[in-house]
Amino acid sequence: MTTTLPPRRPPGPHAPGRATIAARTLRTDRWWLQPAITVAVLVAFIAYSTVRAFENAHYFAEPYISPFYSPCITTACEGSSFPELFTGPSWISPALYILVVPLGFRLTCYYYRKAYYRSFWMSPPACAVAEPHRTYTGETRFPLLFQNVHRYFFYLGLLFNAVLTYDAVLAFRDERGEWFHMGLGTLVLLTNAALLWLYSLSCHSCRHIVGGRLNHFSRHPVRYRLWGWVSALNGRHMQLAWVSLVGVALTDLYVRMLATGAFDDPRFF
Amino acid sequence: MSYDARLRVWRGDASGGDLQDFTVQVNEGEVVLDIIHRLQATQTPDLAVRWNCKAGKCGSCSAEINGRPRLMCLTRMGTFGEEEVVTVTPMRAFPVIRDLVTDVSFNYEKAAQIPPFTPRQRDADGNHRMQQVDVERSQEFRKCIECFLCQDTCHVVRDHEENKPAFAGPRFLMRIAELEMHPLDGVDRRRLAQDHFGLGMCNITKCCSEVCPEGIHITDNALIPLKERVVDRKYDPLTWLGSKIGLRPKD
Ligand code: SF4
Ligand code: SF4
Ligand code: FES
Ligand code: FES
Repeated sequence: MTTTLPPRRPPGPHAPGRATIAARTLRTDRWWLQPAITVAVLVAFIAYSTVRAFENAHYFAEPYISPFYSPCITTACEGSSFPELFTGPSWISPALYILVVPLGFRLTCYYYRKAYYRSFWMSPPACAVAEPHRTYTGETRFPLLFQNVHRYFFYLGLLFNAVLTYDAVLAFRDERGEWFHMGLGTLVLLTNAALLWLYSLSCHSCRHIVGGRLNHFSRHPVRYRLWGWVSALNGRHMQLAWVSLVGVALTDLYVRMLATGAFDDPRFF
Repeated sequence: MSYDARLRVWRGDASGGDLQDFTVQVNEGEVVLDIIHRLQATQTPDLAVRWNCKAGKCGSCSAEINGRPRLMCLTRMGTFGEEEVVTVTPMRAFPVIRDLVTDVSFNYEKAAQIPPFTPRQRDADGNHRMQQVDVERSQEFRKCIECFLCQDTCHVVRDHEENKPAFAGPRFLMRIAELEMHPLDGVDRRRLAQDHFGLGMCNITKCCSEVCPEGIHITDNALIPLKERVVDRKYDPLTWLGSKIGLRPKD
């Protein structure tokens, strides 16, 4: 901190001249419930995905690969869903090379930012509930200034979606690599890929890129129409963020259950 | 069907004040503003309260009811239990003048700082051209009734008085977004939004959208799109390069 501290006051809506009310908030509803749920779900996901990313096993069950490990880019990878680009130390899980993309995409997502600023940083925990911090600079400086790279993660995320869609196509094979077969896992991978596409396409940066940045919609009828579609999806961005997050975890869990033999993939044909 | 409601109203002025308890009669269908008026008529003739339309259209009766920034004339007593104490305070982000009336001049000062609409050059035939779809997006922002509830709720200034000089607040960042999206406005407001009006301080936590009585999607439709435009101008090397070498159409 380089600035001089403002005069000592308890944090909250207090300042000379304002109505003197000591309470941090006068809200009587359960305003803490939503941030509490957010923390619970995010912590559960982070714990599960960390364990899985470091586990370095049980991420492949012919013909399915877990989304945490795809694209799998090292020679240590089980299965061969993606070109092996290099050989890393065997104790480094191949998930660790690639997780930065989905992690960065979601960390810089406008919706997740709202969610964790509110629930983890309590800035603010809920509307008209005072935050506990004495000073506040928002996203104006390092490190939060870097939230502005979100659109680059969006582009990378699209590439990952393409890979995961390819994985879902590969899932139309059986254990011996014969095409035109299908099992429950195929549906799981397809659903996961579809949810990730919906989440990515409902992104605010996507909305801006396809048309939001234009001022003369009438001169760009195609982009205007695309913008309309993305805007409609964008209204559901929060829901898609949660559903796709849970979807990724469940897809991974499904593949893990197959890989450990805890469950047998029901084959349709 | 009427009942006696327990009311807690903040009374005082800039030098101090406190929450005072009252019991006031409530009839079916009444709103908080009705009850405040009855309190004024029957018990506290000097209670200060600002209002005009009683229809959620003038934006005068902004206050905080049970801690939530709301219009008194749009908050039905029926949303509270008959036993519940209903607390009414002035907006807590602005200096209080008296009782429920606050000094909202912060907002007028910010409004005055925004460079006005500046038409760009006319087309070769001397006309200005735009179509309905070009302005549809910002018509949502024109629904604003300037109640300043969003300004009151925004934690950037509510919890940090010292940020007021550097932050225009959601209502006026939305105004900048409206002008920035306008097909006929000739001023580039992107740097201004970030450097002078404090867009970077907004952490998109959406409380402005949550309290807006007009239901304007302030964060999703104005602030985030404006942030994206600022990224184009200030932080994205590729769009910057593209606009320099003429690859990107301006509008
Ligand atoms: S979204 Fe931004 S402007 Fe709106 S209340 Fe939150 S911080 Fe303030
Ligand atoms: S944007 Fe909504 S909350 Fe803000 S001043 Fe306008 S009407 Fe009121
Ligand atoms: S805004 Fe959520 S992914 Fe871009
Ligand atoms: S009195 Fe006009 S908005 Fe409430």
